[in-house]
Amino acid sequence: MVVSVSEMMDDAPEVSVSGFNLSVSSIKVTEAIKKENSLVFVVGAQEFPSKKQHFVDRKFEDFEWLQQCLLMPDGIPGLQGIIFPPLPAKPCAFQSNTQEKMIKQLGLLGLDDDWKTYCMALEMYLQLVVSHTTLGKNQVLRSFFTQTQGPGGQAGRKGILNRLSQALEEIKKENHQDVDEFFRNERASNSSLVRLTKATTERLIAVVRTQQNIALACGHFSTTLHLGVGPDEDPAAKTFSKLSLKLSEIIIIVKKNFECVAENNLNILGLGLDLVSRYEESEKEMLFRRTCKLVELEQNSKNLEKAKPAKKANMEEIKKASEKEFRHISDIARLEIQKLHRVRVEVFQQCLTSWCEKQLHAARETSSILSQHLRAFKQLDSTE
Amino acid sequence: MATSSERSPPPFPESEDQEPDPDPADGDSDEGEDIFTGNSKPAEIKAERHQPPVDVTAKLQRDIPSSDPLGDLDGSGANKKPARDGRQADLFTEPRSDIFSEEAAARPARPGPASGSNANSSSKSNGIHSDEEQDIFAEATVELSLDSPHSERKETPKPVTSTESSVAVQPSAPKTALKTMAELEEEESEDKFELNISITNPEKVGDGMNAYMAYQVSTQTSLPMFRSKSFTVKRRFSDFLGLYEKLSEKHAQNGYIVPPPPEKSILGMTKVKVGKEDPSSAEFVERRRAALERYLQRVVAHPSLLQDPDVREFLERDELPRAVNTQALSGAGFLKMINRATDAVSKMTIKMNESDIWFEEKLQEVESEDQQLRKLHGVVESLVNHRKDLSINTAVFAKSVAMLGSSEDNTALSRALSQLAEVEDRMEQLHQEQASSDFFVFAELLADYIRLLGGVRGCFDQRMKTWQRWQDAQVTLQKKRENEARLLWANKPDKLQQAKEEIAEWENKVTQYEADFERISTTVRKEVLRFEKEKARDFKNQIMKYLESLLHSQQQLIKYWEAFLPEAKAIA
Repeated sequence: MVVSVSEMMDDAPEVSVSGFNLSVSSIKVTEAIKKENSLVFVVGAQEFPSKKQHFVDRKFEDFEWLQQCLLMPDGIPGLQGIIFPPLPAKPCAFQSNTQEKMIKQLGLLGLDDDWKTYCMALEMYLQLVVSHTTLGKNQVLRSFFTQTQGPGGQAGRKGILNRLSQALEEIKKENHQDVDEFFRNERASNSSLVRLTKATTERLIAVVRTQQNIALACGHFSTTLHLGVGPDEDPAAKTFSKLSLKLSEIIIIVKKNFECVAENNLNILGLGLDLVSRYEESEKEMLFRRTCKLVELEQNSKNLEKAKPAKKANMEEIKKASEKEFRHISDIARLEIQKLHRVRVEVFQQCLTSWCEKQLHAARETSSILSQHLRAFKQLDSTE
Repeated sequence: MATSSERSPPPFPESEDQEPDPDPADGDSDEGEDIFTGNSKPAEIKAERHQPPVDVTAKLQRDIPSSDPLGDLDGSGANKKPARDGRQADLFTEPRSDIFSEEAAARPARPGPASGSNANSSSKSNGIHSDEEQDIFAEATVELSLDSPHSERKETPKPVTSTESSVAVQPSAPKTALKTMAELEEEESEDKFELNISITNPEKVGDGMNAYMAYQVSTQTSLPMFRSKSFTVKRRFSDFLGLYEKLSEKHAQNGYIVPPPPEKSILGMTKVKVGKEDPSSAEFVERRRAALERYLQRVVAHPSLLQDPDVREFLERDELPRAVNTQALSGAGFLKMINRATDAVSKMTIKMNESDIWFEEKLQEVESEDQQLRKLHGVVESLVNHRKDLSINTAVFAKSVAMLGSSEDNTALSRALSQLAEVEDRMEQLHQEQASSDFFVFAELLADYIRLLGGVRGCFDQRMKTWQRWQDAQVTLQKKRENEARLLWANKPDKLQQAKEEIAEWENKVTQYEADFERISTTVRKEVLRFEKEKARDFKNQIMKYLESLLHSQQQLIKYWEAFLPEAKAIA
């Protein structure tokens, strides 16, 4: 895992949930298996301190269920102020999958045919959830990680995260002026970051795809060279055949290099950018929830003012309740925002460093192989 | 390619027409080229006598018989066959005027030097001919259709007094000649026989649809046959096509592989004419410039062609008369020409009693090679396009990252992102260069060879034609004999005399055509071998270049990553 969540989340590396503790770094989503019409992920985790291992098969629906459960609890004040770890998009039915469709659905995560990148994203999600101070305490985690039978499929309870229909009102709400300067600024900056990060991710997708195409084209080049080599009698033709084979070897080196570079781009830089991008979307949703609460509060205040004396007490209660809720949300939100800022920087730091190191390594390796070939080729040249 | 040519020492005095004039092809007749200058130092091309070109020994072929004022030129191939000598005498005497008239007739475009040049061309080119009585007069022959006077002349094998006495002038390593082809200005070898050609400075001349690109053709040489050591002229594309046409007319029929010129491109040129200043027209001009350069380098690397005065004129003369009738040489036209030739050949192949299986096999090889090269070319082009895409995508990505960086509050992260944007920008440049390299190193090379193979097929075709002519002559001879028999029987003595004369004439022709056929067969063989060697050489050099450029790219990348790493680590 390139991005080490446990390093980032210094607040709660191991969570205690009434006896059920998980070691964050042990959480793994190791592979995606295609069963019938859907994808099954193998999820592993280790308990702390008992070191008991758990392995379960989970479908995407199970993850969705988990996410919704996390949003449910009413008892926690200000839950709506939490920036929820983002879940990757649902994988599409993979019968008629073309790379185009995958990318449209999953963004960057759709670039990898083997689902490796996607698994890594799911893994990060789980780690982030488990290490969250508040979320990590949720009981559902226990059943998610230990129960053999997947919990998913329970009819979609609409969590507070669902904001599927952007009705006109909602858009208006989104732009509602904020009372607090901190939040005003944050909303503006978040809005632009969401846009920019998403754009950057998309452009990285284009780069990676082109690199994959180049690797393919190199493969064709090499194969064609090979096919052209036949048994040769005369010396000039033999020389030419040798040259063809030599060139073919070189092209394979280029191909492998591109495959490696593309993979690094995807699984390190891409994954990091994708996470940051989705996190920013998650923040946007949280801010929206808070804004909605603000609108509600302001509405209640107005109602209170307009209320007839008989109803005034009632209105006052309602107003006070929503004021309190709003305050809770804002407090939590503030903390979450600061945490997110920090996390963002750390994600970038880790992933840019790791990415750079890997690319550097790839370049050095390729360079040394090419040098060897060049030397050998020159010697061949001088002996002829 | 020069290496493989077999050249035999120039025939001696009696041979030929050593036209004493200085090569008028240079355009300035007043240059008064010293007769001997041309002669004394043969073009460095080494000639080998007869042997299949394996090793080139620097044999000088020209011996300048002191008695022969014209010295050099003739070298028309060491003509070994004694049988020829007799004929030579005839030929030598008559042709002068003949050549001139023909030349004059044939080359209306070049009035001035015409007379001289032709003569010269014939003489000059000889030095480097293969011992087969490759005949220099071939150049003088203007018409493609060989009719007797011409053929006779062609026949003239300059007696090769084979003096192998090579006046070894300089042992230019074969490598030099080859390298001249592959590398541009590279070699400053101590080698004296150097000829470097470079084409630079494409400039648009004129406006609108009459505009054209003028290219500067610079030559640096130590060859004595040129007026000076380094000179530059301006040429336009149609001049190159004109040169090809002239060379093709003169030499193709003898079985030489005349390198084909780059293709015409109406779209490309129209953009340039119209004055569109965009990267694609700049790319087109650069592509054409490079193609023209390679074309000229191949021409001068061919030992026989180098001796052709037209080539010299092309390189040296300040103003060339505008080449007309270059229509035939547009890409499509050229291909059509080749295809027609190939069709004709395939029709003949069935009938030809191929005594030498080598030719049949070679032709097969050429066909399959053509297919392979075309496939490779397609694959390489697709690779080049992807690289170009990568370059574009990387640039766009870099911009995005830059914007992200400038929106970022955290200073260290902001700086790191800006640095990343810069790294990506530099990578875009690298990708662009690599795409260019792929293109020029391979795609263009493959395209060149596909065209060259057309030339190879052409020379096989010429051989077929020669064979056919021989066969036809035999048939005619037979008819004449039958006619004679009939006349004898019918007892018509008056007509008999004529019949006998005709028989004699046709007997001569048959012998001559047979010899032609032998000669062209040998030439074709040699040319093909030379071509293959050259091809292997070319590809090897290009692969080397490619490897070097790949390595360079990776090393640049390493630098960029190494510079970026500390920035990434510093994010806090």
